[in-house]
Amino acid sequence: MRCKASGRLHSLAARSRDQETTDRETALTATAGTNGFVVFDHVQKSYDGQTLVVKDLNLSIGKGEFLTMLGPSGSGKTTCLMMLAGFETATHGEIRLDGQPINQVPPHRRGIGMVFQNYALFPHMTVGENLSFPLEVRGMGRAEREARVVRALDMVQMGAFKTRRPAQLSGGQQQRIALARALVFDPKLVLMDEPLGALDKQLREHMQFEIKALHERLGITVVYVTHDQGEALTMSDRIAVFNDGRIQQLATPSELYEAPENSFVAGFIGENNALHGTIERLDGVAALVRLGNGELIDATAVNIRDVGQSTLVSIRPERVEFKPELMPSGAHTVEAEVAEVIYMGDIFRARMRVAGTNDFVMKYRNTLGQVRLSPGQKIRVGWHPQDARALDPV
Amino acid sequence: MATPLDPHAAIVTHAAGQGAAAEARPNAQGVLLTTADGQPLARALTRSRRRARRQAFLLVLPLLAFVLITFVVPIGQMLQRSAKNPGFSDNMPQVSAWFDENPRGAVPDEAAFAALAADMAAAAEARTVGIVGTRINYELPGTRSLFTSTGRKVARGIEPPHREALLEMDPRWADEELWTAMRNASTPYTSSFYLAALDRTRDSAGDVARVPENRQVYVMLFQRTLWLSLLITGLTFVLGFPVAHLLATLPMRRSNLLMILVLLPFWTSLLVRTTAWIVLLQQQGVVNDALVWLGLIGEQGRLQMIYNQTGTIIAMTHILLPFMILPLYSVMRTINPSYVRAARSLGATSWTAFRRIYFPQTLPGLGAGALLVFILAVGYYITPALVGGSSGQLISNMIAMHMTETLNWSMAAALAALLLAGVLILYWLYDRLVGIDNLKLG
Ligand SMILES: Nc1ncnc2c1ncn2[C@@H]1O[C@H](COP(=O)(O)OP(=O)(O)O)[C@@H](O)[C@H]1O
Ligand SMILES: [Mg+2]
Repeated sequence: MRCKASGRLHSLAARSRDQETTDRETALTATAGTNGFVVFDHVQKSYDGQTLVVKDLNLSIGKGEFLTMLGPSGSGKTTCLMMLAGFETATHGEIRLDGQPINQVPPHRRGIGMVFQNYALFPHMTVGENLSFPLEVRGMGRAEREARVVRALDMVQMGAFKTRRPAQLSGGQQQRIALARALVFDPKLVLMDEPLGALDKQLREHMQFEIKALHERLGITVVYVTHDQGEALTMSDRIAVFNDGRIQQLATPSELYEAPENSFVAGFIGENNALHGTIERLDGVAALVRLGNGELIDATAVNIRDVGQSTLVSIRPERVEFKPELMPSGAHTVEAEVAEVIYMGDIFRARMRVAGTNDFVMKYRNTLGQVRLSPGQKIRVGWHPQDARALDPV
Repeated sequence: MATPLDPHAAIVTHAAGQGAAAEARPNAQGVLLTTADGQPLARALTRSRRRARRQAFLLVLPLLAFVLITFVVPIGQMLQRSAKNPGFSDNMPQVSAWFDENPRGAVPDEAAFAALAADMAAAAEARTVGIVGTRINYELPGTRSLFTSTGRKVARGIEPPHREALLEMDPRWADEELWTAMRNASTPYTSSFYLAALDRTRDSAGDVARVPENRQVYVMLFQRTLWLSLLITGLTFVLGFPVAHLLATLPMRRSNLLMILVLLPFWTSLLVRTTAWIVLLQQQGVVNDALVWLGLIGEQGRLQMIYNQTGTIIAMTHILLPFMILPLYSVMRTINPSYVRAARSLGATSWTAFRRIYFPQTLPGLGAGALLVFILAVGYYITPALVGGSSGQLISNMIAMHMTETLNWSMAAALAALLLAGVLILYWLYDRLVGIDNLKLG
């Protein structure tokens, strides 16, 4: 096992990119069923015997996938990660890793690398000793340990810091070391629980890029937890949106943003306009919605079953148009009164009164000769019916 | 070192460079910096700092005075007393002068006895012969009465030749040991108390020699104190570590309850606690009764668990336990559980994670606790006195005895000074091995 593991870092790094891409694609298609690399099978978790923190979790993660668990604080993301790492036991259900049930396997024999939010670098050890620790407990010889530590440090551009103590490093540097330590023993799977939460914005974006690059280079499977949707959108292959102990939607970033399946996801990911109304007419997925003030709009039915059902129509601000020539012909438009226009450099952000709501937002590009709107101005806005998604109100 | 991908590396080196530059007086460019109104910057800085220092000093002044008066002065007095006892030299000036003039080993001649007789007469007159006797009694037990009775007789009148006259009053005046003792006491400053505290004395030739076997007690007591203190420190560690760990990891409500149990001993009088142990451990006590009732020991075989070393060890371990638990707890509480989790996820068994990751991080608390318990144990007095019997007495009981019973304060001071020196040496060793700045008291 040792020999196989030591070869992996090398061979994976050397592997050609397109080979890797096809690998990943086959892996992703394999995740549709329940035979993925990591499988949560009807997993439930309760800490106190009164409430379920995780309610019937079914999730299959493919080999080499970067899967992000995204959700508000307290939605059960960390709990899921801890069950996977072996620090919490599932109250019900089975967790499988590489086909093997691991409910009964103690954490140290799961071979899962983990990056903690506070990094958890051992303060009484140097950086080198920190990295050497997982290799030592595996009984690896001194020479090989040294070589691997150096290799892992170089991988995160921290080769010069081997003899420092964690307290002598900045947050970003500690983050890199934590990453190197989680990878140095070639784990099959790496878990990260809000690893960038403590960094400032610039550094965070930089590290996002680096983690993503490492993931692609090493071909490891990553389960990543965050409550930052931007982070989730830029890094992930797929995102599982958590709320209230359930996965609300599991999809690729673009699908999630453009085709949210319920109003929680629509509201949680990106900026979103929500208009209340009732279904007036339903023709396949083409729906006609009557808003509170009697105006009619076109929308695409997502989880709508009947005419007369109340609905929440979700429209992204950048998909709202106010110039007649840009609106699709024949589509309904609604009356809007501009309440405020914010200049944001590349775009304008206009807040408007539409159908009884005060916070309908429209974003439009700051192009040469763009129409300047001003507060109090009355305009008509519209959108492509595809961009207005009629969702079940929660 | 600072790769383009690594903005923080650059910041660190930059900051280090700044620190070094700030120390040099004229700055790196060799320009003398001034404040806005043209004063040299360095001078303005010193002045503002001096003001801040003065204020800080005034704030701590009352405490400083208090510490000086209640701590430094008494200890200084004590140290002085351990090396200075003018009881003999002040009251027997002529004999002291004779000792000065004649070398060690000189046989006391008529002049010596004449001086002795004159001094004794004067001392009897001034009613200080008791002090003199007490002083010599320290060196040679059983001689105080010799001085007081001779003093009385000399005061009634004495005719030359003084040697014969004095020997007639008491033949012990010819004793060579007695004269050695008087010579040792003839200077106000003396090492004899320190020597005595180490079971040593000066023989007639002035060499350091051991006291007779049957009077050797202090070295043994020092050794016992050291050994028992170490043992008790070890026991408090073994018993206290798991408790501290529980305290640090239990949910708040239950850990508070446990904390009350740990602190309970602090809220009861030391005497009550010690007596409780007597009730429990004595031969007709609760523990023995229980063992007999259970049939584990016979009525004849009741265990002697108190009024001996066992009693001292049990009671002191109990009393000092909180001093180990509290520093350990305060350190353990700050150890994030994610360290052990990280270790386990990296492949360490729970034992390895404990040994390599958790335990090393508790060392500052362990060091503080051990030092606290050890230093307290070394000077412990009341518990050994109550439950220690004779085999459980420690050096501080000897000090107490000299303070209150024999009134040999110089001896008590010498013993205490040696104890203090021992503790300081151990403290220094500790600092060398562990580092005192690694200590965390709470
Ligand atoms: N050790 C625990 N004991 C009891 N309740 C817990 C524990 N850990 C988490 N919880 C509860 O479980 C819920 C989900 O927590 P968590 O998984 O940490 O959410 P997230 O990581 O998404 O913020 C929260 O309501 C939290 O209070
Ligand atoms: Mg969390």
